[in-house]
Amino acid sequence: MELTVLHQTTYRYDTPVGQIALLLRLQPPQLNCQTPRDWQVSVNGEPVSTFHANGFGDSEAFFQQRRPVRELSIVASGSVETSDRHGVVSGFRQEAPLPVFLRQTDLTRPDAAIRAFAQSVVGPDTLGRLHALSGLVREVISYRPGSTSTASTAAEALAQGQGVCQDHTHLFVSAARVLGIPARYVAGYLLADDASQALRETHAWAEAWVEGLGWLGFDATNGLCVTDHYVRLCCGLDAQEAAPVRGSAFGATATAVQADVMINETRPDAAQQNQQQQ
Amino acid sequence: MNRSFTRGAMSFFEMHDQEGAIRSCYADVKRWIDETGIAGLHRRLEEAEAIFRRIGITFAVYGEGGDPERLIPFDLLPRVFSRLEWERLDRGIRQRAQALNAFLFDVYHRGEILRAGLIPQDLVYQNPAFRPEMIGFDPPGRVYSHIVGIDIVRTGPTAFEVLEDNCRTPSGVSYMLENREIMTRMFPGLFAKGMVTPVDNYPALLLQTLKEVAPPACKGDPVVVLLTPGSLNSAYYEHSFLADLMGIELVEPVDLFVENDRVWMKTTAGPRAVDVIYRRIDDDYLDPLVFRPDSLLGVPGLFHAYRAGGVTLCSAPGAGIADDKAIYVYVPEMIRFYLGEEPILANIPTWQCGTETGLAHVLAHLPELVAKEVHGSGGYGMLIGPKASPEEIAAYAERIKANPGGFIAQPTLDLSTVPTLGEAGVVGRHADFRPFCLVGKQMRLVPGGLTRVALTEGSLVVNSSQGGGVKDTWVLRN
Repeated sequence: MELTVLHQTTYRYDTPVGQIALLLRLQPPQLNCQTPRDWQVSVNGEPVSTFHANGFGDSEAFFQQRRPVRELSIVASGSVETSDRHGVVSGFRQEAPLPVFLRQTDLTRPDAAIRAFAQSVVGPDTLGRLHALSGLVREVISYRPGSTSTASTAAEALAQGQGVCQDHTHLFVSAARVLGIPARYVAGYLLADDASQALRETHAWAEAWVEGLGWLGFDATNGLCVTDHYVRLCCGLDAQEAAPVRGSAFGATATAVQADVMINETRPDAAQQNQQQQ
Repeated sequence: MNRSFTRGAMSFFEMHDQEGAIRSCYADVKRWIDETGIAGLHRRLEEAEAIFRRIGITFAVYGEGGDPERLIPFDLLPRVFSRLEWERLDRGIRQRAQALNAFLFDVYHRGEILRAGLIPQDLVYQNPAFRPEMIGFDPPGRVYSHIVGIDIVRTGPTAFEVLEDNCRTPSGVSYMLENREIMTRMFPGLFAKGMVTPVDNYPALLLQTLKEVAPPACKGDPVVVLLTPGSLNSAYYEHSFLADLMGIELVEPVDLFVENDRVWMKTTAGPRAVDVIYRRIDDDYLDPLVFRPDSLLGVPGLFHAYRAGGVTLCSAPGAGIADDKAIYVYVPEMIRFYLGEEPILANIPTWQCGTETGLAHVLAHLPELVAKEVHGSGGYGMLIGPKASPEEIAAYAERIKANPGGFIAQPTLDLSTVPTLGEAGVVGRHADFRPFCLVGKQMRLVPGGLTRVALTEGSLVVNSSQGGGVKDTWVLRN
């Protein structure tokens, strides 16, 4: 499937800001399940081109704005050819050792409730346990936009029983690590099955390591493994580390941040014809 | 910096041999003491302290915290190593510095030593000191720790043991230089025969080392700067002292910015490219975009410029995994694995509470042991069994049981004593030693280092905050 994405993030400041530095992970890496085409990233119209692979194999670019501006507009757009690999994600330019992904962070650190939750997960093998975990996460944290913030921890989300994809993913990776399964937080885009469910923002899911299969993408929010509806941007140990945009602006806090993601299937007819030819 | 603790008064006194005669390396010092007399030495000590106060050398060593304006007591009597003793120390220190750097390259690449099962993977990869951001990156010359400070204690005429390695930003070298400077200025006669090998070329060697690891983007003579957190840091004196001696700029994060994958220093004549940063600032505060996002100290984009080959950071981020106390135990294995050699300097036997046998041993013998937190530093949160009350020991045992992997324990050691100027004469006081090994394209080690001495009788605490002092350290030419 070919997906077309337009992802715009706009920061506005009350007074002009001179020193803005951004770390951008907005370039979908080439993987077994995705091939970016004509992908472009720009900040205030200026193209950002030098993406390097970081320690996790994700593409990372640095952008610096020294001329004072009141608005910062970050645009990532292009199309990505995706394929359904039954959740298996491979082909990273750099692989970090697996025990790194057993580390908990301030956002994922398990409390007694998360430990008990993790122990309640049963399955015949690692894969089975992960599927069970993915299903259980959605049972203990119901989807409710606005119920948590970006600073909410896995423990807080579990305690309150409500959250969004960030909270589902934090709980999933926290519990997987408790079970000794390397897991990481992934940020990217999701093409909703039904246009009315379109997120208009980035999505989050988890990847967990299954011996013999490798990294498997689990979307706990939707209770399934990743398919050709997903475009992967980057990963980290938690949401903060996996943020597609990390920024620092000296002497200023953005007064308004607006993000918008539009994702569509490129010419569905053509894609279908392509498939028929294979 | 760890301290170790003695049991009895039978420690090796470095000035005497086993028969109580003056060891030949101390002959000149002994003659000088006799000629000057104790009262004379006390008068000269007052002069020395007045000089120290005037030049303003005041800072806590080894990140002890405390009052940065406090003058650390100076002891007039030098500690002396014979040429033979030094030759062995020199080889042992270089060997260790080389193995530690090989380990760092390995864990950020293939991790062969872990695959070989010699060090538990989790101990490295789940350690907060291991920085995933560094995976797969080749720092210039494959050097991670450019200044390795190795803390050494002596327990007998031929027994030297390593207490701890410092691979990040070891401090204290300014004391080595200042102590020698004062001694040379006050007692030129002692050095007239040229028997004491000089250490004053350290800043030149440090600068040479830093220039050798210039990044690929550097064209021409590398521009080196020293990056300090600022004047409130306890080691700021040393930062400005070293920058002065090397003739390089002392900068704070706010003086630097990143553009086009390079680091620039703001100067009155406009931006100037920086090639090598000798940073005396922790990993966490280097770059808020990559490390601690709430850090106000860092230079945004610095790490990106580093990975892009636009600048070299000394030491490399993530170098701290090599000097972690849990990793210390495996340094002898590293030496065998990477260099195919036997360690020249021994480790102190260490029990890891994270292992079943280690935990059992430590809990059974806590009153005799020194127990430490794996990630602690500066002697905080440690238990000195022989000096602790039963209540303190019981409470510490509970802490260990709650998190065994967070603790190690070592036996109490019979530390050597060095001649020190007491009220009524020369007395023996416990001391440790920190040499500074420089690693660039080649290794360099000035013959000497910093000797810290516990000025209170019987005390093993060499911390300046607890009555510790410093003294000149001599390595004799022959």
